[in-house]
Amino acid sequence: MTPPSLGKDLLGLEKLTAEQIHLVLDTAEPFKEVSERAIKKVPTLRGKTIVNLFFEASTRTRISFEFAEKRLSADTVNIGSTGSSVQKGETLVDTARNLEAMRIDMVVMRHPSSGAAKFLGERIRSNVINAGDGPHEHPTQGLLDLLTIRDKFGKIDGLRVCICGDILHSRVARSNIWGLLKLGAEVAVCGPQSLLPRGIEELGVNVFHRIEQAIEWGDVLNILRLQLERMSAGYIPSLREYYRVFGVTVERLEAAAKDLLILHPGPMNRGVEIDSRVADGPHSVILSQVTNGVAIRMAILYLLAGGEPALAEAAKRTNREGLE
Amino acid sequence: MHSVHTRTLLDSAAIARALDRISREVVELAGGTDHLALVGIQRRGVELAERIARLIAQEEGADVPRGAMDITLYRDDLQTVGPRPIVGETRIPFDVEGLCVVIVDDVLYTGRTVRAALDQLADFGRPSRIGLAVLVDRGERELPIQADIIGESVTAPGKRVDVLVSEVDGRDAVELVEAVK
Repeated sequence: MTPPSLGKDLLGLEKLTAEQIHLVLDTAEPFKEVSERAIKKVPTLRGKTIVNLFFEASTRTRISFEFAEKRLSADTVNIGSTGSSVQKGETLVDTARNLEAMRIDMVVMRHPSSGAAKFLGERIRSNVINAGDGPHEHPTQGLLDLLTIRDKFGKIDGLRVCICGDILHSRVARSNIWGLLKLGAEVAVCGPQSLLPRGIEELGVNVFHRIEQAIEWGDVLNILRLQLERMSAGYIPSLREYYRVFGVTVERLEAAAKDLLILHPGPMNRGVEIDSRVADGPHSVILSQVTNGVAIRMAILYLLAGGEPALAEAAKRTNREGLE
Repeated sequence: MHSVHTRTLLDSAAIARALDRISREVVELAGGTDHLALVGIQRRGVELAERIARLIAQEEGADVPRGAMDITLYRDDLQTVGPRPIVGETRIPFDVEGLCVVIVDDVLYTGRTVRAALDQLADFGRPSRIGLAVLVDRGERELPIQADIIGESVTAPGKRVDVLVSEVDGRDAVELVEAVK
């Protein structure tokens, strides 16, 4: 029995099959246990070198990747856009090729431009993992959201998940929509007209303009961060106005017939898109998302690392241990 | 065209007798059940450890702590195994410190699985002793590793030894599988 493979790079959920997404979620399960041990480390990626290349600010994702790498015993280097040759005008490909010349194995990259990870993956031999490319995709966030939902319901298929807030600028929204639809969930988006991309219905999602409708409809709310810089850009009149109309509050949730599972990718703006009492409430799995993030990233690193097909074939021919 | 020739080495009654003897020897090895724990190696070792624990419970009236280990993350050949194998569950719900931990597996062959299991167990703490019990020892070691307790020794160069357990495979048997030209 040969399990499906992920290929060389993880670029986004749009191009993955349901089978590949299930493979990642199932592989993440045993990695949860590693982080619960007293010695939180396994030797799986010993001798692998991984570069975390972050051209945009990130705390959670970068640290989560770094923990995942270290718990698998990989050697890691972090590079930011400030204080590196990127500031001196070096191109992305030149930066990566120089890193490859030092014999690295993988690059985890966050970049402000859509498609940057794909561009890089086509030009270097190392595995490339997209840690967010502009407003395009954030696949590991999408996968950890799927894992967190599956943990609570035991399935994804048939659930109704509404993604709320700034859909227009959100890579998290895009990765979630593709991942959820592939696994058989019904998906909706909810937000002010100015923050919904035109033609979003064509992806096969429902659209709500009132948060009450979304709460009435859904089993799960994934509440996105309202990026505060959007206000000055004129997308919304004021933060207070946004909270009044779209804020997910205890009162609004209590009006629903059933309990909704509450996700938020962080960082939260308490009192803007989410009420503190909801964020800290019994149905919030926001911190489980963070815990699951490390397991998902360990699974991705494990699935992409090593295992060259040619070597595997040669090993199979000489391997006498054909017991499995 | 290859056809496959299968010969039964142990039937379910022979396996039951072997496990009965193994369970008594496990208790002897640990000097009783007070400090004994069993850790099965995924997948069939876990089922065998469970059965040995039941036999010890019947005989000694003691509920011996049980754990399970998947050694995939500790393999030394991950670079060459191709598509990543699915990793099973590792669960050691007790403190191994000061215990006599007996590792249980179905077949002992090259010894590489046991080497990985020893490394993994060391990351959970320091047992006072680690033992190894296997249903079948088929020899041909590639590392200096030996079992303390063996159900049945067989020689099977160039062949495959399959252990089937009813919990996973629907029946109990140890079979020698040979490709015939």
